[in-house]
Amino acid sequence: MGKTITEKIFEAHKIDELAGGVYVLRLDAVFCHEITTPIAINDLVARGKDRVFDPDKIKVVIDHVTPSKDTKTAIQAKTLRDWARRNNIKDFFDVGRNGVCHAIFPEKGFTRPGYTIIMGDSHTCTHGAFGAFAAGVGTTDLEVGILKGVCTFKAPKTIKFNLTGKLPEGVFAKDVILYIIGKIGVNGATNKIMEFTGPVVEEMSMEARMTLCNMAIEAGGTSGLCYPDMKTVDYLWEHIKTEYSSKEDALKDFSKWISDADATYDSVIDIDVSSLEPMVTYGYKPDEVKPVRELEGTPVDQIYIGSCTNGRIEDLRIAASILKGKKISDNVRGIVSPATPGIFKKALDEGIIDIFVDSGFCVTNPTCGACLGMSNGVLAPGEVCASTTNRNFNGRMGKGGMVHLMSPATAAATAIAGKIVNSELFKGK
Amino acid sequence: MKNFNGRVLFLDRSDINTDEIIPAKYLTENSKEALKPYLLEDLKLEGFNTKMLEDVSAIVTRENFGCGSSREHAPWALEVNGINVVIAVDFARIFRQNMYNCGMLAVELPAETIDMLFKKFANKPTYLETDFDGGKFIFTSGDLKEVVPFTISDFDRELVKAGGWVDYADSRY
Repeated sequence: MGKTITEKIFEAHKIDELAGGVYVLRLDAVFCHEITTPIAINDLVARGKDRVFDPDKIKVVIDHVTPSKDTKTAIQAKTLRDWARRNNIKDFFDVGRNGVCHAIFPEKGFTRPGYTIIMGDSHTCTHGAFGAFAAGVGTTDLEVGILKGVCTFKAPKTIKFNLTGKLPEGVFAKDVILYIIGKIGVNGATNKIMEFTGPVVEEMSMEARMTLCNMAIEAGGTSGLCYPDMKTVDYLWEHIKTEYSSKEDALKDFSKWISDADATYDSVIDIDVSSLEPMVTYGYKPDEVKPVRELEGTPVDQIYIGSCTNGRIEDLRIAASILKGKKISDNVRGIVSPATPGIFKKALDEGIIDIFVDSGFCVTNPTCGACLGMSNGVLAPGEVCASTTNRNFNGRMGKGGMVHLMSPATAAATAIAGKIVNSELFKGK
Repeated sequence: MKNFNGRVLFLDRSDINTDEIIPAKYLTENSKEALKPYLLEDLKLEGFNTKMLEDVSAIVTRENFGCGSSREHAPWALEVNGINVVIAVDFARIFRQNMYNCGMLAVELPAETIDMLFKKFANKPTYLETDFDGGKFIFTSGDLKEVVPFTISDFDRELVKAGGWVDYADSRY
């Protein structure tokens, strides 16, 4: 009987099996940020266990609130910084070199096919775009991961999403994942892996695949997953070229992390994307999704382009192509946060930052920013934001605020119109 | 083991998320105790106000409790308010794991059983007694009484008894 990619990864990393079908997995990487890690660090210190299982497998970034906004967040940053130093963790990204964790860690080549990865952040599922098993965990699991390099997971069940057809112009990975969440619901994939396959995924860039996998958690999924292919090799090549004689050689090695044709799935969902429209959320749950045209004309106060979902260079390019030569509405303010310094630099070089500034956008440093209302871009009660982020929960971007999730194209068009509209890139209905 | 007995609060809604349980702006706190006043501050539920949390030790709710963020601050905010047990149809994976990792109880009951509990007890002062070893919840309100059996996995049981996952893992791996 064939195996899914996750079953293969579990088999290769299993070091123990506990009662009730619980696997203890060896971890290839433990990612850390300043919000969920400091309490784990303080607990390890209090227990007299201030050590790490392998400093080279722990990657650390300050991203949620950066630069620190007050004493409390400065203490969080300092706790993380001091800990990384005293434990010889070389890959620590401090102010100026830091970016959103799920953008910067793949960019640095830390995410590889076949890896097991945990992080105290629910959007860790993003890294599954590389054919890795990557899951968000709480602080206690993170603490044990840091100390021992292990984590427990139940035997994986997988839902396969077979995406066929051709994405219409102006419809993007964000629209696809919003549509899927709307279809299966916010607990449609709880305790399951969401495997995204089919010609549509094969066509997608790594950035688009990350957007797809990023929101697996919004359907309750443990990890998103795409099969590694030549695009994965190309994306990682700078970081792996000393390990392989050629790209073909790397692809051959990565190809062991693909599900067998006769693998057993919990369910298989076929979706033809050919008639899909740009999508937007309307309520306080990510599964409350409608086509943009049904919300057309809804006034907004703020536009936010950024986050681990849609703050990558491809997202900024798409938004800039719509904003070029135009001004955003006087009735809105626009904020864009390039997700990493590398993306920021590329956007500068390509003139994208100029376009954003000329159109009236505020460009911030790389950070999680407005997405979760912890630092900048907080909404006042009653205000509405058109956002490329991943959560529209009540109060997410500020108490009493309302968030509509959408693609960067829709967000850019909405910024110009001052109300929710389809972008000019979409030629459909 | 933590205390699993006391007054019950019924929250009649599905998909109560982590941002409602404890908003992100409080994640800058470096102690669990500091989260205490903010539990369920942003809960969207008609008729609910945070004063109702006084003296509560257990929550009974519907589906997919704790969805969203990985923040362990959600169980911590419950814990520092004396709430160590949540009973629901099902939970988001990370939240559920966080509860057991903290030695707390997140117990799943069939939707019909939850429905029965809501119908019978939701509008009355209700008390829960947990027979952990026997796998039984005993709900009482005045003369009303309902004994509800529950099961949790052996591993979850060990975590609750051990008071958490850190020592367990450190001694074994």
